[in-house]
Amino acid sequence: MKEKILEAIHLTKEFTGAEKELRALGEVSFSIAREEFVCVVGPSGCGKSTLLRLLGGLLRPTAGEVLFEGRALAGPSPRIGFMFQLPNLMPWRSVERNIRLPLELDGTPEAEARAAVKDLVKLVGLTGFEGSLPRELSGGMAQRVALARALAHDPEVLLLDEPFGALDAMTRDRMGAELMRIARDRRKTVVMVTHSIPEAILMADRVLALTSRPGRLRLDLAVGLPRPRREEMTYTKKFGAMAERIRAAIGEAV
Amino acid sequence: MNNNINLKAPGSRGKRSYALRLMPVAAAVGVCGAVWQAAAGFGGMPAFILPGPMAVAGRLTDSLSDGSLVRHSLVTLGEVLAGMAAGVGAAALLGYLLSKSRLAEQILAPYIVATQAIPVVAIAPLLFIWLGSGLESKVLICALIVFFPVLVNTVIGLRSVSANLRELMRSLGASRWQNFRHLELPAALPVLLGGLKIGATLSVIGAVVGEFIAPDRGLGFLISIARGQYDTALVFVGVFSLVAMALGLYGLVAWAENRFLAWRE
Ligand SMILES: Nc1ncnc2c1ncn2[C@@H]1O[C@H](COP(=O)(O)OP(=O)(O)OP(=O)(O)O)[C@@H](O)[C@H]1O
Ligand SMILES: [Mg+2]
Repeated sequence: MKEKILEAIHLTKEFTGAEKELRALGEVSFSIAREEFVCVVGPSGCGKSTLLRLLGGLLRPTAGEVLFEGRALAGPSPRIGFMFQLPNLMPWRSVERNIRLPLELDGTPEAEARAAVKDLVKLVGLTGFEGSLPRELSGGMAQRVALARALAHDPEVLLLDEPFGALDAMTRDRMGAELMRIARDRRKTVVMVTHSIPEAILMADRVLALTSRPGRLRLDLAVGLPRPRREEMTYTKKFGAMAERIRAAIGEAV
Repeated sequence: MNNNINLKAPGSRGKRSYALRLMPVAAAVGVCGAVWQAAAGFGGMPAFILPGPMAVAGRLTDSLSDGSLVRHSLVTLGEVLAGMAAGVGAAALLGYLLSKSRLAEQILAPYIVATQAIPVVAIAPLLFIWLGSGLESKVLICALIVFFPVLVNTVIGLRSVSANLRELMRSLGASRWQNFRHLELPAALPVLLGGLKIGATLSVIGAVVGEFIAPDRGLGFLISIARGQYDTALVFVGVFSLVAMALGLYGLVAWAENRFLAWRE
């Protein structure tokens, strides 16, 4: 097992709502090894996005802490890439310039940035749409732009919040395969939230299953299927058994 | 906020349709001119009450050829532009501050609103007593008039910046300046330009009010002198010049909208 890169220690998050305190996440602990691919599943509203925000330093935990390479994470780090559940594109920037935003912010030289953006556009299959504005894109296309942007400054850790939520099944499969390839080739650590149990098993080394409010870690399952993963594995007995365990842990149909 | 005049023909429409869209405007001007000429010619009114369009055109060429119209227009334009620069600058700065700090807003907002209850025109004489009748007081009147609409729109614009995009910028480790340059400015620009558009026309009024109260130069001065001499045609020339100036400034902001806000559609 490789060294731990991210650790959640008794991570708890409460939101102060209009009327009452809302406990979104209750004492979640786990650790993620370098270059590991972890999927987080759980029913809607159980705190998956909240967990990801905490891991990315975008939210401060009410109790507990996040360790990044052994040190307490105080805020966002350029070495952690974040992809939000919504595309969050800047409506005044073209596809190309949206993808380029992280590179502009960290001062990447012009030529280098242009080459990187060109590769990313190709990677997410948006060639020909470089100059399009976000309002001209479909939901799936916008999400692909957001994924490309999360990859732009080549962070070591990728935190992805339902990256394929708005994609059709075919694009989803292709993008999933691409993501697994990128993660392996570029030695990324990935934490990905998904609604789909089969997707989680097919892509992840480990699946974390959260229960409903407050989100608690119910199951930490090592997948153990060989890589590269292929669609056919979905139909094996082992796969079916794992899916059943996760479903039972979550406690409701997702 | 979409009341911009279309100075630019969008790419899909050609020159021909641009000319077509100008036709109603030209027709309206023609009809007005004809009615005006008829009223002046057959109404039996003396020229010092209602000069005809021909008389006004004559006065226009006179004042153009002796350079007086251009000179006075430039003075007024200078006051307007300097006033706008000062007013917009101060309003944008204070607006940024107010949008960042609820405390600053709570402390300052009552005073800002109270000062807006005072018509600038009413306190203009005071400004002249305090600042003298030179350029400064006229520039200040313009600035005061532009200030409020731009301030309000700056605050509204900055407050309307999406929380999601703010979080995105935070996740990318954007600095305060980068946040301003890449998120707040472009996001607030539509509302800001809307405020500027109102401010641009109001500012011309401000300059003229100043020139009426302390007439030494400028179009307001030209108009008040002409009125004193019953040179009503020249009054018309002055008024039309003011209208042209206000329209020009408005058009400039509208052009900026077309240029920088094309992403909205
Ligand atoms: N900023 C916030 N303020 C108040 N409550 C919040 C905030 N963010 C999330 N919550 C609440 O915390 C709970 C968990 O939200 P979260 O977005 O993490 O769920 P999720 O598991 O990602 O859901 P989904 O699968 O629908 O995306 C929800 O009940 C939500 O209402
Ligand atoms: Mg979510």
